[in-house]
Amino acid sequence: MEKVIAGKPITVNEEGYLTDFNQWDEKVGEAIAAENHLSLTPRHWDVIRYLQNEQKNQVALSIRRVGKSGVVDIRELYSLFPNAPLKTATKIAGIPKPASCI
Amino acid sequence: MKNLVILGAGTAGTMMANHLHHHLKTPDWNISIIDERDKHYYQPGFLFLPFDIYTPDDIIKTVDEFIPKDVSLIKSRVDKILPEENKVQLADGKQLDYDVLIIATGAKISPEETPGMGGEEWQKSVFDFYTFEGALALRNKLRDWTGGNLVVHITEMPIKCPVAPLEFAFLADSFFKNKDMRDKVGITYVTPLSGAFTKPKATEALTHLLDEKHIRIESDFAIEQVDNENKQIIDYGGRAIPFDILVTVPTNKGDELMDRSGMGDDLNYVPTNKATLQSKVYPNIFVLGDASDIPASKAGSVAHFEAEILTDNILHFVKGEPLSEEFDGHANCFIETGNDKALLIDFNYTHEPVEGSFPFPGIGPLRLLKESRMNHMGKLAFRWIYWNVLLKGTHIPFVSANMSESGKHYEKALNE
Ligand SMILES: Cc1cc2nc3c(=O)[nH]c(=O)nc-3n(C[C@H](O)[C@H](O)[C@H](O)COP(=O)(O)OP(=O)(O)OC[C@H]3O[C@@H](n4cnc5c(N)ncnc54)[C@H](O)[C@@H]3O)c2cc1C
Repeated sequence: MEKVIAGKPITVNEEGYLTDFNQWDEKVGEAIAAENHLSLTPRHWDVIRYLQNEQKNQVALSIRRVGKSGVVDIRELYSLFPNAPLKTATKIAGIPKPASCI
Repeated sequence: MKNLVILGAGTAGTMMANHLHHHLKTPDWNISIIDERDKHYYQPGFLFLPFDIYTPDDIIKTVDEFIPKDVSLIKSRVDKILPEENKVQLADGKQLDYDVLIIATGAKISPEETPGMGGEEWQKSVFDFYTFEGALALRNKLRDWTGGNLVVHITEMPIKCPVAPLEFAFLADSFFKNKDMRDKVGITYVTPLSGAFTKPKATEALTHLLDEKHIRIESDFAIEQVDNENKQIIDYGGRAIPFDILVTVPTNKGDELMDRSGMGDDLNYVPTNKATLQSKVYPNIFVLGDASDIPASKAGSVAHFEAEILTDNILHFVKGEPLSEEFDGHANCFIETGNDKALLIDFNYTHEPVEGSFPFPGIGPLRLLKESRMNHMGKLAFRWIYWNVLLKGTHIPFVSANMSESGKHYEKALNE
């Protein structure tokens, strides 16, 4: 479906995740963050860039891996993106929600 | 003479020994299987032991009674694999050469991954039911427990048999009802996932059941520690959930042997091709069951489907032919829902669990994703099938290794 984010029409799935990363830019990220009541600091951006890079290299994302990445520990990740950090951070980053294993 | 070595004589390794000894025979081939244990546990029975539904005798047999006589069973801990030299090293330093290696060392719990989990309350008020010892200690506790908060908890995914903790919560509900003390017990289901299960369709059905049974769900809970003093679990966001009994599924990991051999990922699972079950690094190493990193359920039924396909692939491999058989991630599990009923789900890498009937389209007798007594009978019959059919590598009539799409109401998996 289509949604106007930061003044642009963007394709998202039912849960609001971007389906085409090419439509993402920092303004889009900021707008999604605002919807989640977050304003992005440099530390948020470190995490977002890291997640985008992992996604590009097709690494499966998990809280455990992020915690061991050296970019941020799990405690800080939670303080940056409260509640469900990986789900919120990936949405802001414009990448798919991490598929949890079965 | 060539050597085929199997590491682990649990569900998957035992099935492979039973399949392969028909095909790879002396004097050309020698098959060995190595395990450190004498006992073979029927792990699905660990779910029933705490509720006095099964006794220890129902779920323990010896490893050797399921290994064919022409396969050498070696009782030892495997220290490491030396994949560059095609050797396996045992605990006493002895080395074995292999031409083909099958890894079937399974997965086990690691409470030490979570601060406080293996602490002073371990097996007093903090329990697991993924080991025989844990399930037995929990049985003894539940026999004369007078009530309070029961918290059923998953630490992180992936875990073996991902529905087992839900089943535990359902069975607990009917256990306390039967003891006339359900009103004295609060049951809370705590999960790192956003809902009751990983697959959206099944989550819908299961959430409904949780509501019906008055089981509270706390989702998106990433545990930071078990607070033994105040008897609560705390997540990274500071959310605290108090318990009188905590039944947790600790982090599951592959065996440390993978770490010592430099062959595992960060959870000691072996990187494996999800269609052929060949190691991604070493062509003469194959991996099946819980030890691999493929995105399929860690379940005995999956190992059973894998074993049929891997047998064909290994025969291709030893003849120098290309691997042709492809595993589709087929999983098939009964979910106990309490009160002598169960659900049945059937899914693979690309298809979600769906409604319908199994194994005969339109006829059943088992109903997919619907509670029924027949499904419960199926789950109980599974123990007999496990000991008498599955481990022996006999094909189960009408149930194929790859998933059948007839008789089912499909939707593509949303999650993959
Ligand atoms: C509570 C519970 C309920 C379950 N319910 C179901 C269910 O309803 N349906 C279903 O299909 N599945 C179920 N399962 C899952 C099923 O039991 C496993 O998926 C299955 O046993 C996996 O087989 P495996 O051979 O890979 O591992 P295992 O059967 O665990 O075997 C691994 C073997 O390797 C040996 N080993 C490991 N490391 C070493 C070493 N270094 N040296 C020597 N030996 C070693 C171990 O001693 C063990 O014997 C359940 C599991 C649990 C815990």
